[in-house]
Amino acid sequence: MASLPEPDRTREWLSTMTLIRRFEERAGEMYARAKVGGFLHLSIGEEATIVGSARALRDSDYLISTYRSHGHALVRGTPPENVMAELFGRVDGCSGGRGGSMHMFDLSRRFMGGYGIVGGNLPIAAGIALSSDYRDTDEVTLCVFGDGASNQGTFGETLNLAALWKLPVVFMVTNNQFGMGTALRRHSAVTDLQRKGESLGVPGMRCDGMDVLDTHAVLAEAVARVREERCPVLVEAVTYRFRGHSMADPEQYRTKEEVALWRERDPIPAFAELLIGEGVIDEAERERIDAEAIARVDAAVEFAEASPFPAPESLYDDVYVLDPNVRGRYSAQTSEEQANRARTAAAAPEDSAQAANDEIPQQLTQALAAGEDGGETSATGSSAAGSSAAGAS
Amino acid sequence: MAQMRYREALNAALREELGRDERVILMGEDIGVFGGAFKVTDGLLEEFGEKRIRDTPISENTIVGVGVGAAMTGLRPVVELMTINFALLAFDQIVNHAAHIHYMFGGQVRVPLVVRMPQGAGHQLGPTHSHCLEAMFLHVPGLLVAVPATAADAKGLLKSAIREENPVIFIEHESLYGVRGEVPEGEDELVPFGLARVAREGSDVTIVGVSRMALTAERAAETLASEHGVQAEVIDPRTLRPLDLDTILESVRKTNHCVIVEEGWPHGGVGANLAALVSEQAFDDLDAPVQRVAGADVPMPYSKPLEDIAYPHEPQIVHAALAALGTRADAAGAQGATR
Ligand SMILES: Cc1ncc(C[n+]2csc(CCOP(=O)(O)OP(=O)(O)O)c2C)c(N)n1
Repeated sequence: MASLPEPDRTREWLSTMTLIRRFEERAGEMYARAKVGGFLHLSIGEEATIVGSARALRDSDYLISTYRSHGHALVRGTPPENVMAELFGRVDGCSGGRGGSMHMFDLSRRFMGGYGIVGGNLPIAAGIALSSDYRDTDEVTLCVFGDGASNQGTFGETLNLAALWKLPVVFMVTNNQFGMGTALRRHSAVTDLQRKGESLGVPGMRCDGMDVLDTHAVLAEAVARVREERCPVLVEAVTYRFRGHSMADPEQYRTKEEVALWRERDPIPAFAELLIGEGVIDEAERERIDAEAIARVDAAVEFAEASPFPAPESLYDDVYVLDPNVRGRYSAQTSEEQANRARTAAAAPEDSAQAANDEIPQQLTQALAAGEDGGETSATGSSAAGSSAAGAS
Repeated sequence: MAQMRYREALNAALREELGRDERVILMGEDIGVFGGAFKVTDGLLEEFGEKRIRDTPISENTIVGVGVGAAMTGLRPVVELMTINFALLAFDQIVNHAAHIHYMFGGQVRVPLVVRMPQGAGHQLGPTHSHCLEAMFLHVPGLLVAVPATAADAKGLLKSAIREENPVIFIEHESLYGVRGEVPEGEDELVPFGLARVAREGSDVTIVGVSRMALTAERAAETLASEHGVQAEVIDPRTLRPLDLDTILESVRKTNHCVIVEEGWPHGGVGANLAALVSEQAFDDLDAPVQRVAGADVPMPYSKPLEDIAYPHEPQIVHAALAALGTRADAAGAQGATR
């Protein structure tokens, strides 16, 4: 086991892991109550990979993630209020309600986004690192993706290019054992993922992603090496996703026993007990940390509830950076057509939100009963809001 | 004014913008040591060095994605894809990422990226190397699409593209690289986006020609004038997004007839789109339905006689213009002007 860093830091790690856990538990509840639409991918069980890795970064470093990225926004310091508001689709969301669960973003904290396309973030990470190098900084980019993403073309393409161009990227594959419902050994010929970059010139490392200390120690080494040598490394963080892939996942592809076994290694209680054992915190402080997280999440929900939906008139905003000197039309639709759309839409949202409220818990039950891995029956309801009605990926 | 080939005009635009703005970098397959598959980037590696002129592996999707990431963090990357056909491998980064990042993240970040590539048939390269796909990019909100037909526009539009705040799909034409034209000199001679070029004035029929077809339409207009006494107005939109629809509509209000010419496929094509817009917004000014001339609705064949008839030429434009004007179409047909 890695040696214990200063008490202030380890306390903060525990607090942040706890915040992410409580936040996501609540997000799941809000989803069941149809406050949250679309897909919701939770990283419950994977918190040590998030906090251990992000705390190996400086504020000036970049972090880029996937559609499973609530924790990545939170760990970078994006207020839970804005992350929850994004889930609720409100204007105060960290992407202005445009992205949702899969597309969190906070430029001010150098959290360069969640991306809905599996493997889509790898090339972008390389581009960010290229720009760090070009500006002669010693910034590092941490690029997080799943074991499933390691089969994408962008994985091979980007690792090769990053090694060739000596780009300062730490590629972290969060091996949570599954790509949706497909187990690692059923989707990857090489299951020793840290080795998957070897033929591309990217050396590998591995950490215990259930242990925040080990994750931090390995990532700190990786980040230091990348910062110094300006060459990429690949780190495999071995972990487990306690919940379904998304909320509409009947989990037919694994046994309850397997999940229970991994849950025994839950990174949060494990770390809390370690800190208690080492005398860094006591039981009372552990409870206080948890209570604080819960209170913070309560506040986030309250904030998100109070935040307005984006105005219909904002629908066409930010498709382009508009240049007022340009004579031509950016849109195929005239400004009159755009305004009309906003006017006619104005009546609809409340009805559809209500419809979604009624239907979603039922859909979830159906999904669970149907036992499909993202199949048609799992969540193909008729929700007017489109919430969770789009399958299970 | 200087006489330049289209290729040289592009090269000059890149050279000037590289010299003017440190943030500009070039990336692409064989753009450096090899000098570019079509020699557009010739000499730039020697002048600007490896840090700025970057040969890449053959990884289209990733090269574009690297451009996206670099553009999000302050650079102004110009990515060359060897031809438009290979852009299909980069569609994820172009559509899901470059085009949507500004919107999807609530306007927090911009993607000032240029993706350049040539398109077009005529060199017997068969189905995987000859297509015209501007309609696919035009379809996507978030992208700007430039289709220069002349050397002057190639230079002026590319300079504007590099200074743009939005991602630009910059579509060159393989058959135009060697064509000469007058190009205004000067660092700041830009061609603005969203401003059509009226290539020829006329009062009888409006012909809109896209990319290379702007030039083919000009030649057709000469034939229409000399052989049929028809004065065609030829408009080259130069950028499809932003689109200078007003110039097209003004022309249609004057001529009351409209023909749209493109090299790409007809279904869901640029012509279909422009025809709809013209019909919606100038219906009362039209004396006849809008005519479209497009590529054949087939993959591009290799064999020369087949390839020749698979994309539009001057006689088809003449025929379409006469058809739009009514009775004289038959006469044209009788003369065997159509292919
Ligand atoms: C290009 C692409 N293909 C398929 C999907 C659907 N999908 C979403 S998540 C996922 C599994 C990805 O697994 P992994 O990379 O291991 O990440 P994890 O979900 O386990 O965090 C799939 C197939 C997608 N979003 N993008």
